[in-house]
Amino acid sequence: MSATFTFTIDGKEIKASPGQTIMEAAEAAGVYIPRLCYSKDLRPHGSCRVCTCMVNGRPQAACTQPAAAGMVVDNNTDEIQAIRRDLVDMLFVDGNHFCPFCEKSGNCELQAMAYRLGITAPRFPYLWPERSVDASHPEVFIDRNRCILCGRCVNASKDIDGKNVFQFVGRGEHKRVAVNAEALAADTDLKGADRASMVCPVGAIVLKYKGYATPIGRRIYDQKPIGSEIESRRK
Amino acid sequence: MVTTADKSAGTRKITIEPVTRVEGHGKVTLLLDDKNKVRQARLHIVEFRGFERFIQGRPYWEVPVMVQRLCGICPVSHHLAAAKAMDWIVGGEKLTPTAEKLRRLMHYGQMFQSHALHFFHLVSPDLLFGFDADPAVRNVIGVAAKFPDLAVQGVMMRKFGQEIIKATAGKKIHGTGAIPGGVNKNLSTQERDFFLKDMEQMLVWARSALKIAKDYTAAHLAELKDFGSFESNHLSLVRADGAMDLYHGVLRAVDSQGKKVLNDVDYQGYFQHIAEEVRDWSYMKFPFMKAIGPEAGWYRVGPLARVNTCDFIDTPEADAALKEFKALTGGKPNNITMAYHWARMIETLHSAEKINALLHDKDLQGTDLVVKGPRREEGVGLIEAPRGTLFHHYRVNKQDQVVMANLIVSTTSNNEPMNRAVQKVAQDYISGKPEITEGLLNRIEVAIRAYDPCLSCATHALGRMPLDVEIVDCEGSVVDRRQRD
Repeated sequence: MSATFTFTIDGKEIKASPGQTIMEAAEAAGVYIPRLCYSKDLRPHGSCRVCTCMVNGRPQAACTQPAAAGMVVDNNTDEIQAIRRDLVDMLFVDGNHFCPFCEKSGNCELQAMAYRLGITAPRFPYLWPERSVDASHPEVFIDRNRCILCGRCVNASKDIDGKNVFQFVGRGEHKRVAVNAEALAADTDLKGADRASMVCPVGAIVLKYKGYATPIGRRIYDQKPIGSEIESRRK
Repeated sequence: MVTTADKSAGTRKITIEPVTRVEGHGKVTLLLDDKNKVRQARLHIVEFRGFERFIQGRPYWEVPVMVQRLCGICPVSHHLAAAKAMDWIVGGEKLTPTAEKLRRLMHYGQMFQSHALHFFHLVSPDLLFGFDADPAVRNVIGVAAKFPDLAVQGVMMRKFGQEIIKATAGKKIHGTGAIPGGVNKNLSTQERDFFLKDMEQMLVWARSALKIAKDYTAAHLAELKDFGSFESNHLSLVRADGAMDLYHGVLRAVDSQGKKVLNDVDYQGYFQHIAEEVRDWSYMKFPFMKAIGPEAGWYRVGPLARVNTCDFIDTPEADAALKEFKALTGGKPNNITMAYHWARMIETLHSAEKINALLHDKDLQGTDLVVKGPRREEGVGLIEAPRGTLFHHYRVNKQDQVVMANLIVSTTSNNEPMNRAVQKVAQDYISGKPEITEGLLNRIEVAIRAYDPCLSCATHALGRMPLDVEIVDCEGSVVDRRQRD
């Protein structure tokens, strides 16, 4: 194995191994870089851009950009946090997100990210898109109103489940996650136990009959903000 | 009030808009003829929402959390009524003891806080200062200035109930405690002890609030007896043995003389007995008992109806108060509109007694929270909300999506009675008067407030809290209007 090297994030020296992304090296060092589409066990997708950092003065997605010796990374600056707030704000108005009754509330990464970034209300006009719901599957409920196009389900189905159940179709504002069937999820070989059924960061793909089973106060983000589990590793 | 006179027609219309110190947005119109006689008096509900339509397509487990957004005052009622309907959908209607008792605790907490809010914040200014008092004083701030102990009592009672809701539902408003077939948590001993330390004080305050309401009614009986009063049917859930039961039971309705016109009705088939009429001037429907018809089959719900329909109360202090209440009318149903306040405070004491008993019940620390059985595609959930019987009825398809919803909210059932009360007060106090003062118009609001209407719930609509009274000439044009923001 090649020798480790160092670079800096917000002035702090970070150790990294060749091939590690900025995100991976930061996480190992207990530095949290906000992210939504990234999931540790999946190939980085680089689509949400919430992990954007200034790398040697240029904006780069930390989840896809390999770390390099001597790199200077700005993560937690006012300028970058403002960019992240805009990105997350746009995700909220781009879909139909009703946190007050969404079963993912308290466990939702998008909602938790908004809280972490200090977003209390959207600043952009709602687009109120028409999105479909697919309740056909006996174990999984799909609500595209809440989809943020992170691609986790697509990659998990392909790379972990070996099934290719989900795929993106359409372009631009018409882009959406489709199922690999004539019409409905019930016609695919998707199972509730599949990784693809469990990786959704929002409430777009949820297991049926589980909603609200965890009381308020004991949900993932009720006690600590998103990212605090990574920051707690910081020495 | 806004008054617009039509001199050529010799008529005028008075509008009270908005109606104040009620939940939601409504207005009253009074139509006067050329001799200032009231020809028509109507309470209009000017909000519209449409929850019944937009929950279609949503998964059934989402409904108890979603529909409670109808209201911020007693969302627990919608939460629990929807959960009870969904219990049927999942075949879990026979809840575990822990689940049923936790839901009951949540519900009694809500009843306690909602009744306290209504009595101390919304109604006490009329009772303490009089109907004709200066409106600048006749409000909750005036109460806080002149009767600070009472104001604090109201706030603390409401807080206690809200904290119970938080402990059982996760939040004081719009929680998630009830899920299809049960609940998602029990009550820890730490949470229980938090309430037990204040329990005795709550009982003391509930007794004193009951005394205020009872003494007020007794002292002003001559005036209140006919104030907005009329004979009517009364409907509520009662326990199978005839006891008052605010969480569950069978449907019973009595007529103005106490004859049971509905009895022991399983509410899963409520639609065989109750229908709703639509009238073109209000967003709120008019429910009635089918067997009697829309003309005479309308009924009152809420505290007055409940004390009239039940045979007894299963907590000793409230039962003693009930006997005293029933003695006033010789055991016959009480049809005095202003007796709602007395009945409401009997229920407040009953709720406090129930909370006290539940806090001493070890079942609340049980861990068996959810039960499920054979799946159904249709379910009805009824509960006695603070304002009266609340009906939730859903059909769910095989893919778990709601395909039909029908909600009959307490205030909707009280639509006809409130209109009757407005007509009665208008006839008795306004008709033929050369000058219509603020105090006279306030009497209309006093009669409406007795029902503690929640106009937002009743139309399932977004809204403010205010009221609007209009006087219309016989041609239908507005001649007078009183409006408050």
